[in-house]
Amino acid sequence: MLKQIEGSHAVARVVSECRPNVISAYPITPQTHIVEELATIVGNGELEAEFVNVESEFSAASVVLGASAAGARAYTATTSQGLLLMSEVIYCIAGMRLPIVLTCANRAISAPLSIWNDQQDSMAVRDAGWIQLHAEDNQEAADLHIQAFKIAEKTFLPTMVCMDGFILTHAFEPVDIPEQKEVDDFLPPFKPKHIVDPRWPRGIGLFADPRFYMETRYILHRALEKSEETIKEVSSEFAKVFGRDSGGFIKTYKLKEADVAIVSMGSVVGTIKDMIDQLEEEGKKVGLLQICCYRPFPRHEVHKALEDKMNIVVLEKCISLGRGGILASDVRWSFPRAEKKDRNISSFVAGLGGRNISVDDLRYMVEKVEKEPAEFEFLGLKKELIAERDM
Amino acid sequence: MMEQSKYLEGVEKKDLFAHGHRACGGCGQALAARLVHDAAGENTIACVATGCLEVFSSPYPDPAWRIPFLHSLFENPAAVASGVEAAYKALGKGPVNIIAQGGDGSTADIGFQCISGMFERGHNVLYVCYDNEAYMNTGVQRSSFTPYGARTTTTPTGNKTRKKNLPMIAADHGIPYVATATVDDFRDVQKKVKKALAIEGPKYIHILAPCPLGWGHPGELTVEVCRLAKDTGLFPVFEIVNGKVTNVRRIPVKLPVEEYLKVQGRFKHLFKKGVPTEEVAVIQEIANQNIERFNL
Ligand SMILES: Cc1ncc(C[n+]2csc(CCOP(=O)(O)OP(=O)(O)O)c2C)c(N)n1
Ligand code: SF4
Ligand SMILES: [Mg+2]
Repeated sequence: MLKQIEGSHAVARVVSECRPNVISAYPITPQTHIVEELATIVGNGELEAEFVNVESEFSAASVVLGASAAGARAYTATTSQGLLLMSEVIYCIAGMRLPIVLTCANRAISAPLSIWNDQQDSMAVRDAGWIQLHAEDNQEAADLHIQAFKIAEKTFLPTMVCMDGFILTHAFEPVDIPEQKEVDDFLPPFKPKHIVDPRWPRGIGLFADPRFYMETRYILHRALEKSEETIKEVSSEFAKVFGRDSGGFIKTYKLKEADVAIVSMGSVVGTIKDMIDQLEEEGKKVGLLQICCYRPFPRHEVHKALEDKMNIVVLEKCISLGRGGILASDVRWSFPRAEKKDRNISSFVAGLGGRNISVDDLRYMVEKVEKEPAEFEFLGLKKELIAERDM
Repeated sequence: MMEQSKYLEGVEKKDLFAHGHRACGGCGQALAARLVHDAAGENTIACVATGCLEVFSSPYPDPAWRIPFLHSLFENPAAVASGVEAAYKALGKGPVNIIAQGGDGSTADIGFQCISGMFERGHNVLYVCYDNEAYMNTGVQRSSFTPYGARTTTTPTGNKTRKKNLPMIAADHGIPYVATATVDDFRDVQKKVKKALAIEGPKYIHILAPCPLGWGHPGELTVEVCRLAKDTGLFPVFEIVNGKVTNVRRIPVKLPVEEYLKVQGRFKHLFKKGVPTEEVAVIQEIANQNIERFNL
């Protein structure tokens, strides 16, 4: 049913329809509305679940770890400092192959403190062994959660759904919230593999000496690579059942004919599309490649989609300090060495700590790379705030 | 000394935590873990912290456990156990005994917040602390349970602070059952575990578990060292039921702390040519305060 609803509430609604058995979370802006709404849903008896009000994100992650290891479908949500505080458990959850679903309401990281949006937080745990899906708008954020539980439970890989803080979490948009029955039909009950249960006394979380550790990492890496199929499968099944093209690996917009290809992910792709339309009217051919699944990284899809593009721009809301663009590195790596020659892949960082990314910023970016490629640049920087010695 | 058969009378022995672990000889913690789980029985889930116990009992591919064992991190067994309990409730499974457990470092320091959270939220979980008064697994560094005067690798001149009193802190969370015990008294440990598991809600049992390696006493003296810890008043044994201290173990014949200190290498520096230094007097004062406070 189409409903005018806040992004956070839409997510809470669909998460509830996925019938998690255990929910545990700790409040942090801009994730709060998701968990408040879930607490309400559990509180008024709409969802039969244990809602564990913990004393930190570290414990929230540990609670869902324990719950999942005991056979429950488990869910948590966080952002920014909360995700960083969880990070030790985040790695552990993946290593233990627990199919937990987590919403990351993407937000900047301290210091300085900022509650506003960028994607540094989920980037900080990109190597932990989680599947990471990025939503463009609230409909997709809602849809991705339904897919996330299914993907996680098929692959035994924890899955993080990333949605831009405030820009999505706090935006009111019409969102189609599926009927409970539709979700039930799409998402079968969780069938765990190994659980802690006195009927099958076995250990979970044993330690591995050098004879065994490396293989566990290899297997986890391969599992992520192989999850590609499941992610695509679930997304096309979703499209069939719900009639919406949400998720999957990548999406494109006016890319085929484009002279300049922009690669990005998250809500900013909406602004990018507007800019592409504007430029089109002016006779310029710019296209978009949207990364829907950041981990596993859709290397082959990216390569295929951009094969004939010689002028590529990667725009991202995160930075590897001392190195540069992170997504840009992934995109550059997607091309075989021989194909990198003569191909310009420019890297722009923008929107850190909630700085607005305007159509004008994007136009500037495109005009710039039309003239010459940019190795790495901050977009929308206020030079007047930076002292000469810091330039 | 009691003869062995009498010592073991009434002690549950199920070997649920037994075969092939790699603890040092005379390890108090290995003995304690065995007593705890044999008392709890098969219908038990052990959520274990990183530390000596985890390392010596859970190497892949042959762990020493015959009950389900769950290890995640150093500081989170109380939160993990909370999640297991929540899952059991949500799935309508159980009843089952859930025992979260860790060393003193895990319990008193890095995992303190998780434990406080578990107590405060009222999970039906028993938390057992195996107190060997230092971070043994990483090579005998000081924890906040390291007693005054003890030498560790990070307090080379002797620890300058007093031991954190976690049993009282636990009780002040308003949890229904808290107990202390020492690993030499098998029946007492098992009685307390059974009693705790029969009570609904969060429970805390604090077991003194000497570590021959870190304390510097011969492995065969582990039991004797426990007795000395009790009889000097340095380790009070009691229960706190619904906030009231009860069943305090009275000391039959009170001993000076020197008797306890002298058998352990970690206190050796407190005696110069056999003569006790000022620190020994401080430790005696700590024992006296315990004796008075708990009427030992
Ligand atoms: C976050 C984190 N910090 C530090 C460590 C290293 N570490 C592992 S076990 C341990 C000491 C354990 O001490 P305690 O809890 O007293 O158990 P014991 O080994 O003495 O039985 C430490 C410091 C770790 N595993 N994780
Ligand atoms: S170092 Fe101490 S606690 Fe660890 S196994 Fe040896 S005796 Fe036990
Ligand atoms: Mg210790």
